[in-house]
Amino acid sequence: MKILVAVKRVIDYNVQVRVKEDGTGVVTDNVKMSTNPPDDNAVEEAVKIKEAGKATEVVAITIGEEKAQETVRKALAVGADRGIHVKAEGILEPLAVSKILQKVVDKEKPDLVFMGKQAIDDDCNQTGQMLAALLNWPQATFASKIEVKDKSLEVTREVDEGLETIVVNVPAIVTCDLRLNEPRYASLPNIMKAKKKPLEQLSATDLGIDTKPRIEQIKVEEPPKRKAGIKVASVSELVQKLKNEAKVI
Amino acid sequence: MSVLLIAEHNNKELRPFTLNAITAASQIDQDLHILVIGHNADGAAKAASSVPLVKKVIHIDNSIYENYLAENFTPVILKHAESYSHIVCSANTFGKNLMPRIAALLDCSQVSDIIKVISPDTFLRPIYAGNAFATVKSSDKKKCVTIRPTSFDAAPSDGGSAEIVKGDGADEFTLTKFVKKEEIKSDRPELGTARIVISGGRGMQSGDNFKLITAIADKLNAAIGASRAAVDAGYITNDHQVGQTGKVVVPDLYIAVGISGAIQHLAGMKESKVIVAINKDGEAPIFSVADYGLEADLFEALPQFLEELNKLNTIQK
Repeated sequence: MKILVAVKRVIDYNVQVRVKEDGTGVVTDNVKMSTNPPDDNAVEEAVKIKEAGKATEVVAITIGEEKAQETVRKALAVGADRGIHVKAEGILEPLAVSKILQKVVDKEKPDLVFMGKQAIDDDCNQTGQMLAALLNWPQATFASKIEVKDKSLEVTREVDEGLETIVVNVPAIVTCDLRLNEPRYASLPNIMKAKKKPLEQLSATDLGIDTKPRIEQIKVEEPPKRKAGIKVASVSELVQKLKNEAKVI
Repeated sequence: MSVLLIAEHNNKELRPFTLNAITAASQIDQDLHILVIGHNADGAAKAASSVPLVKKVIHIDNSIYENYLAENFTPVILKHAESYSHIVCSANTFGKNLMPRIAALLDCSQVSDIIKVISPDTFLRPIYAGNAFATVKSSDKKKCVTIRPTSFDAAPSDGGSAEIVKGDGADEFTLTKFVKKEEIKSDRPELGTARIVISGGRGMQSGDNFKLITAIADKLNAAIGASRAAVDAGYITNDHQVGQTGKVVVPDLYIAVGISGAIQHLAGMKESKVIVAINKDGEAPIFSVADYGLEADLFEALPQFLEELNKLNTIQK
């Protein structure tokens, strides 16, 4: 079985995001970037399945500007076998990304495609489902547990009411939740070795995909600020304030 | 222009967030139709037709729709989507799973998780876990939109009498099979719609210690929430998680206990009307969003809190 894992480069989750003064977006210059956190879980799961002898190859793919390659290198350093970088500039909407992935799937013919359930920059939560639609494949979104069976997967999904279990036939798309596993860290020797692993370069234009956004971002602004609160000295003061000042209990 | 809203229901009744989505959908256009796809779901179709903002209900009944699978729902929705300018549903795990599958096949770039309708093609939505708000304008002819339910009031649910028409289903998608859903039953209010939420974090130190929170939740008729750290540590199940990747809650009162206030947690609760933080670390980021902060050991503060509540003559329900 061959697994394709899609990873995205985003502002690191520990960075306090700041809005640009001109309202055109958020500040990205000199800001630490890293792999979208649930994409790390997707890579980890693919590598674990390969280590268990149930997959033969793990291919990591990213789409974006030159520096997006860093995320593929990181995936290679934790166990992916080879990488693909599809060059594309500017804002990429999930629809365009899923069309690019569809082209790559047609070429690579993976049995499974894994990715994070959501990117923490645009918070869209669309790409996996869109790719599944374009391929007419099953989709197992928000996966917190995956069991590989013969020609199918049993996936536990985190849904609002609790947990749901579905079985999807292979080929299938899985989008991964943070609780799926604990991603490993890359060791220095493995980071060095990853530099020698093959990384193929493609471009969105070569694949014939128009990435022009369909959604115009008119402005980006700071959310309304909360007014500063107070510290209370005791539990009884807290209860009095909630009762008599805030009037919520 | 007209809007088609995909109802979330359990075949008997509408799930509560459908009513919030109806409010938002009616702000896009008044000509609002609802699609109820299910099995023996007359109750849900009837409930939809009683919502005064709804103009028409399309009811599709087939045993293959007993359990919700996006793969099965999508072809039915596409079959009925033709005459509508907007396809909408709520941005909970139901809608997040479903809408992109529809949008891709309509070649539409979906607008996710809107918190305000500015005009039929322009919406406000949070990005970066709510650290920025983006105003976005869709240029697609047919628009696919998901709605953050907690940003809109629930629509009144009775007094209407929209016509219910039967619609056709589509072929079954056989490559995905529903196995089971483990719903966690509770007598408490639902986390997403509760007036008061009390949440515990890593500071609770164990699942057993959540009984301190449960006792107060009982007293206040509150829902119980948790930070991702508490869920990851196994103190409590995932359906309690509040945050960027969990549930977004906007209660009148949010009480955060032993929660440091990671960006991703704040994203799920910082729009609450009144926020209380109880934490022994006075520097914890949670205090920056709290209206009332109490720097204290939660193991002393929670029993005292319960004692003080017991002293009150009345507590709002």
